[in-house]
Parts: sequence; structure tokens; C-alpha cells
Amino acid sequence: MGEYFHSVRLDESKCKGCTNCIKKCPTEAIRVRKSKARITDERCIDCGECIRVCPYHAKRAITDSIEEINEFKYKIAIPAPAIYPQFKNNFTREDILTAVKRLGFDEVLEVSMAADIVSLKTRELIDKGEYNKPLISSACPAVVALIKVMFPNLVDNILKFDPPFEIAATLARKTAVGKTGLKPEEIGVFFISPCAAKVTWVKSPVGKDKSQINGVLSITDLYLKILSNLHNNDKADKFDLSSFEGIRWANSGGEALSSGTENFLAVDGIANVIKIFEEIENDNIEGIDFVEALACPSGCIGGPLTVENVYTAKMRMKKIIADAKNIKNSQINIDLVGDITWGNSIEYKPIMKLDENMSVAMQKIEDMEVIFNGLPGLDCGACGSPTCHALAEDIVRGIANETDCIFKLRDKVRELAREMMDLEAKMPPVMDKEVDVKLEDKV
Amino acid sequence: MEGNVLKLKYLIPNNDFLNVGMASSNMKKVLKQIGVHPSKIKNASVAMYEAEINACIHAGGGNAEIEVYPYKIIIKIIDNGPGIPNVDLAMQEGYSTASDEVRQMGFGAGLGLPNIKKHADEFEINTIAGEGTEVTIIVNF
Repeated sequence: MGEYFHSVRLDESKCKGCTNCIKKCPTEAIRVRKSKARITDERCIDCGECIRVCPYHAKRAITDSIEEINEFKYKIAIPAPAIYPQFKNNFTREDILTAVKRLGFDEVLEVSMAADIVSLKTRELIDKGEYNKPLISSACPAVVALIKVMFPNLVDNILKFDPPFEIAATLARKTAVGKTGLKPEEIGVFFISPCAAKVTWVKSPVGKDKSQINGVLSITDLYLKILSNLHNNDKADKFDLSSFEGIRWANSGGEALSSGTENFLAVDGIANVIKIFEEIENDNIEGIDFVEALACPSGCIGGPLTVENVYTAKMRMKKIIADAKNIKNSQINIDLVGDITWGNSIEYKPIMKLDENMSVAMQKIEDMEVIFNGLPGLDCGACGSPTCHALAEDIVRGIANETDCIFKLRDKVRELAREMMDLEAKMPPVMDKEVDVKLEDKV
Repeated sequence: MEGNVLKLKYLIPNNDFLNVGMASSNMKKVLKQIGVHPSKIKNASVAMYEAEINACIHAGGGNAEIEVYPYKIIIKIIDNGPGIPNVDLAMQEGYSTASDEVRQMGFGAGLGLPNIKKHADEFEINTIAGEGTEVTIIVNF
């Protein structure tokens, strides 16, 4: 798939080259070049902030289309729990799962089942105490990517379990193989996602070579069809349902509450996550065993590929969770899931390094300060970089020029205008046609 | 840049408890941009942060003067505060001369100087009662 795959893409026809996304990006990954936004691959963490903030809807996540499920003999949908509060509370979980199934699937398995498994394994780990405190959840791929590029000291704190959506896929496929007798490759597992980061994870997994998920469908793309099915359905099918704890993962704090320790910290919204990680990196936060960090405000229910506003969704989740408490949990066949620990290790990819050669980098720091002091400090974004500091950095990195700054350009124009005025005042005698001066007077 | 040293200077404001830590935070950013190993960045940041806090809460602020070499960093935190009368006592874990107001804010646990010792490769305190203190922290890369 190439070294970088990012699901967040730009529709150039809609992009105005404004400053909204370049300023919102938490890793300063976007620049405007040739009047269009350009995302720097190494810095993008697929958090979807740019999708959220673009007023022209030029940013989107590429996801797969529902038609792709037809490439498989047996089709399984694994929806994220964030799907439930997209619909009004008069629809039950089983209503919604039935409506999803009617999209053309043979089976539907809740991702929250796998979340229950991760909670179980996390509790075991926390109980044993054999981990670097604080343990940081790996459920949010954008946060894992953030750690990779910006927080090297926290790599060893990451909980190295596969995320629930991946585990659900393994579980779904193995169960289906057992049930249908089909070959594993004849079974299509499709994840219904609230976010772009999970799409990226599936195409380019962390901790393993290849995902068990065949395709990722966005909640936004399926919403209207599911709604239509909900209104058509008379009776809901029966499903094995997860506990309320698994569904609660969709809310910020949900995973933390099931982690087996009360000494947890739950943070949501990528800017807040960055602040907290900086504190943790400095050893400024004490007594915390577990950190749940989600890039989206209020958690996955606030993902960029959801439909409902997050406060309505939060309210609906209350009832969904309350109803779920009345249901006896389904027994999950944990043996089918196998080892959920990462097979591959994760590398730190330092994006902030100015140069491979430390001495050159040190010189660049000095140059950067000089350049920065000459810039107006307005962070206007007109140069295509998010801040004056970023422009100074871009200049030393060789990807921008001082004249990109329109204020510096205006200063230069004024300078040139002055020079021109001076020149204009000094006409050579041959051209000097000032009317009042007579030749006799001059002599 | 003279020789192979990058010089950084930061102001440590007086009694600005809510914003203290800006100097060590800025230094950390520079070290990331130079490509210093993450564990070394952590050592330098934690050590400097503790010295910075001390200057802020005990000495009315001060200055951070830093020299970054390819193979090490020398951090000097200089203040014109009251000085440290008994350095050995100050180095004891739990010993603190912080006021009640400062302790209420969560500072003054008495672990700052020991924490610097833990994270620095070399650590020196030069202090004159009534004149001020200069803390020197060296972390080798």
C-alpha cells in the first residue's frame, strides 16, 4: 500500500485554499500550495479534524462502498457501537442490527462483543501490574498514530492489544467458517465505522501485517438506507448481544470504566489528548494506572463519519446502555479469538526533526529564530502555513520562502515603491520636462 | 552558530504558577527538532522543569541559559532569590521550604531537587544566601 496510506482526502474542486484546516490540524500537517490544501503524509494521523472543520466540505474520508460486499459468498457486518445513537430511541439495538442486516448481509456481529474481550484482557493485565504506568489504550488509531509521530516516550505505555473492531472481525470470520464450512477467503467481513482513522488502520494496520477486515463502510454512507429499513421492518431478528459495558466504549470514559482500575483518566478531543500526553511525558500526572484517549469530542459517538450531533447521541446512549443492562450477556467464545497482542512492534517516526544531521538541525534552529523574529507574528495563514512559527520552520526545511508572507511582500513592495519614487524624482536632463523651468534660467 | 553549540535563553516568570513550565516545554520542543533521543529529552525536560519550578516559587523567577552540544546539554537556571542556606537539607526527599499557599497549589512536595539528581548526569548547585542560586544540569546524549 506504499509507506503511508491515509483515508483522509481532499476534493480539490471544492477546496478554496482557505485557512480553516491548516489551522485546525493538530500535527500541523496541512499547507496550502497552488491554492489547494495539501496534507503531508508523514504528519497526518487521520484524526479527521480537517473533515470536521472544512466549511466547503472539501475534506472527506475514503471508505468502501456497500456493493463490495457482493464479492463474497458470506457477508458479515460488524458495526461500531457508535451506530446506535444515530437513530431515535424508539428503535432498539435489535431493530438497528436487523436494519443493518437487511442491507444485504448474512450476519451481523457487534464490535462491542470484542470490546468486552479487550476489557477482560485489560483487567487481567492491570491486575498483574506488569505494565508501564500509565497504560494508554490503543482503541483509537488516531491516538496511536499521534504517539508515533509526537510522543516517542509514550510508545512503551501503549496497551498492545488489537483494537476491538479487528478482534470482532477475527471472531466473526472464524465463527462463520465453523458455521458454514466455507473457506475463510469466501467470507467478507465489513466494518461499519464512525471515523477515518479506523479506515486507515484497516488498510495499514499497526501491530500486525494484515487486517481481517475486508472493507470499511461509513455510518454516513449507510445512514439513509438503514433509516429506511428501520421504518420498513416489522419484526427484529434475534442477535447475540454484548454487555452494556461493550457498547459504552463508544462514549468517552466507557473503556476506562471497564478497565479494572479506578485510577484512570479519560480524555477526548485531539487537542486535549495532546495536552494530557505532554503532561504525562513530563511525569506531571501522578497515580494514574490507565489512560483512555480518544481523538473525537465525546468519544467515537462524535466521529467525523457520524450523522447525529454528539449531544443528542450522548442522550440517546443513556437509554441504549440502560436497556442493555437488562439483557443477560452473551458468552463469547474467547478461544476463537486467539492472541490479541500485537505481533509487530511500533516505531517512533519523529516528524519534528529538522535534519538527520544534528549539527545541521541545530543551525536550522538558530536560522528559524532569526526568520521568525522578522515575521509579523499574526499567524494569519495567508502564506499557506498555519502559524508564523510554522512558516519559519518551513523556510528552514526548504519548502517555503520568506516572500510567501504577504506582509513581508507588502514591506518589500513599499520599499520598492520608495525606490521608485526616489528614482522618479531624479530625471536625467534630457528627459526632464518640468514646464516651469526655462533653459535660460538653468544656464 | 559559534562552534557546534546552540544557545537558548528563556525567562522564568515570577510567581506565575499557572503557566510555569513554559521554558522547559520550549526547550523540549527544540530538542525534538534537533533529533535528540527521546529518553534523553525526557531526562533534560524533567530536570529542567524541577529547577524552573523552584526558581518560580522560591526565588521570584529567573533565567534559563542553555547550551546544546551534539553530545550533551548544559542547562543553567539562575535566579536572584534568597539562596539555599543548607543544600544537603534541601536535597532530602520531603524537605521543602514552600509556603502554605504554594503547597495548596500542589507544589512544595520536597521532591524537586532529588528528582533533578535522578534525571541529570551531572548536577551542581551554586548558591549564596541573600544573593541567589545557580543550578547547573548536564545531560549527556
